[in-house]
Amino acid sequence: MQPNVQIDTSQLPDEQGRFGVFGGVFVPETLMPAIEQLREEYARAKTDPEFGWQLEELLRTFCGRPTPLYFAERLTQKLGGPRIYFKREDLLHTGAHKINNAVGQALLAVRMGKKRLIAETGAGQHGVATATVAARFGLECVVYMGETDMKRQALNVARMEFLGAKVVPVTVGQATLKEAINEAMRDWVTNVRTTHYLLGTVYGPHPYPMMVRDFHRVIGDETRRQILAVEEKLPDLLVACVGGGSNAIGLFYSFLDDQNVAMVGVEAGGTGILPGQHAARFQGGRLGVLQGTKTYLLSDEDGQIQLTHSISAGLDYAAVGPEHSYLHDIGRVHYDYASDDEVLDAFQLVAKIEGILPALESTHALAYVIKHAREMPPNHVVVVNLSGRGDKDVDQLAQRLPRLT
Amino acid sequence: MTNRIDEKFTALKRDNRSAFIVYITGGDPSLERTIEIAATLERAGADVLEIGVPFSDPLADGIANQLGAQRALQAGATLPKLLYTISLIRSRISLPIVLYSYLNPIFQYGFPQFEEDALAAGVDGILFLDLPPEEGIDSSHAHRIHRIRLIAPTTPEERIRSITGHASGFVYYVSREGVTGERDDLAGSIPERLGQIRKHTTLPVVVGFGISSPAQAAQVAAWADGVVVGSAIVRKIGELGKDPGLSQKLLDFVTPIGDAVHSVVKGT
Ligand SMILES: Cc1ncc(COP(=O)(O)O)c(C=O)c1O
Repeated sequence: MQPNVQIDTSQLPDEQGRFGVFGGVFVPETLMPAIEQLREEYARAKTDPEFGWQLEELLRTFCGRPTPLYFAERLTQKLGGPRIYFKREDLLHTGAHKINNAVGQALLAVRMGKKRLIAETGAGQHGVATATVAARFGLECVVYMGETDMKRQALNVARMEFLGAKVVPVTVGQATLKEAINEAMRDWVTNVRTTHYLLGTVYGPHPYPMMVRDFHRVIGDETRRQILAVEEKLPDLLVACVGGGSNAIGLFYSFLDDQNVAMVGVEAGGTGILPGQHAARFQGGRLGVLQGTKTYLLSDEDGQIQLTHSISAGLDYAAVGPEHSYLHDIGRVHYDYASDDEVLDAFQLVAKIEGILPALESTHALAYVIKHAREMPPNHVVVVNLSGRGDKDVDQLAQRLPRLT
Repeated sequence: MTNRIDEKFTALKRDNRSAFIVYITGGDPSLERTIEIAATLERAGADVLEIGVPFSDPLADGIANQLGAQRALQAGATLPKLLYTISLIRSRISLPIVLYSYLNPIFQYGFPQFEEDALAAGVDGILFLDLPPEEGIDSSHAHRIHRIRLIAPTTPEERIRSITGHASGFVYYVSREGVTGERDDLAGSIPERLGQIRKHTTLPVVVGFGISSPAQAAQVAAWADGVVVGSAIVRKIGELGKDPGLSQKLLDFVTPIGDAVHSVVKGT
């Protein structure tokens, strides 16, 4: 029998934004009032039926919710293991789950009277989502993006520009997601009275990790209904990739209290678990404080943040959302990783036998399932969060992969 | 035991003058040169030395200080080495020294051990950029090592009260919304904000962020108990780099700013 651990996860975070020892608010003083304002406005919006109605309407008519739960029949046959379903967040408007959060925060920005949105982006999906809602609500939009990422996700840069956003290249450090967040924070500190920082994952100071989770929990809420309708039982396993952790927590959250539903978060294993070659915070990480929150991160013993590497820009980040750190430490979610090479193989397999080009981020989750399917009982049901589509990665992949095999 | 920061501000108050507070990045361009730079800054008239702990992700800093931190890290600066360097500086100069840091380097070192070692090295105060009072870290040496707190232009009055309640040594008013860096103009409403802050504390209140010229420094000195100049000096150090004449050139650059601060005698 399983030990019956009763964790009331719905009560987290506490008033200070803590998930156990993780989370909190670690920001320059200039931002404190804006964070307080956001916390208050979000608390009000949460209980305002008008807000709920507007959000639901936008998610349905603008974003395309609910997304399908798709039975990956040929992948299931091929692997000879459990029945595999894909939660099709890739079919959402703009091509990834990121839009769920962008729409919610844009509504809040409008309620707070902020006329300007800023965002960081790695893969460009969150940048595109932010540019999209800015256009939809008539707000000014500036997106910070590392120069390295602008090259590998050029398609998304063009999309943001067509949507009317200004994309500002960030050239310092390794010029990826972490540096883009630093630059967005600097902008926010400077323009805090007029600007809302539309943070793209379950990261940063409270209330972001909680609020972004709440905006994405619709993924798991829908999955629950959908899987019950087709399988008449809850899934045995949920799998999602973890960058900051928003698509993963979005899928997991509604199932946290169902002790029989196992969960795996898949981080970027890069080219190996050695400093600078991966972004698997639960492999080489330690507790630390970065960009507003206390969490597991890749830092050396002197407190300097380490370089990271991943084939996918969206997972190429040195820290992980504080709620994941908590779920890791209490043992509720298991965290594993997939290497760049495993991801490339998984991408080709899923493309060829399922007719879906997944985003490289989401492909990490697929790679985990492909690797471990044979260890799982055939009567089990697995749901993989297909957090985004791979169009943005086609250029990069065309250079690395053979087109005809 | 009295703290050098308290002694310094008491002496300045007696003379009706403001403190000239200089910020540099520890280990920029190297730890050895930081010793020489500290001694130079004392000669240039600095009253308090603020030493930045270099960090890979200085999100509250503008480009000058970002580059300073990058140079220091590239030259091999670490927190243990910096503390050792400060102990060497301490044997040469008597200025109060404040460490200015992001939390993670100190967090990895371990806060209680850090406080012990900083105190032993001769540090008189600590200022964290990303640690609001709500996230308080308890100090076992609160009376010996001051905890400098920041107040921003956006900080509402009730928060000023609670922040000053957690402060010691002096209070640092960030004169503008934004990151560190030189600016052509001074931020507005500094005297009004200082008036508001002084309603809640008797601690000295210093002003920083965006002050670089002697004229700006003199203007702020007329209002505040201290003037912080950082980015302009960090930029100068970056320009001089490995120049063997660094000390003299830095002295020539900094002295007029210090003189401008000290030229202001406040009415009683
Ligand atoms: C398709 C997709 N999935 C996942 C991620 C990773 O973010 P998170 O872990 O917050 O879901 C990104 C980020 O850019 C993404 O674009």
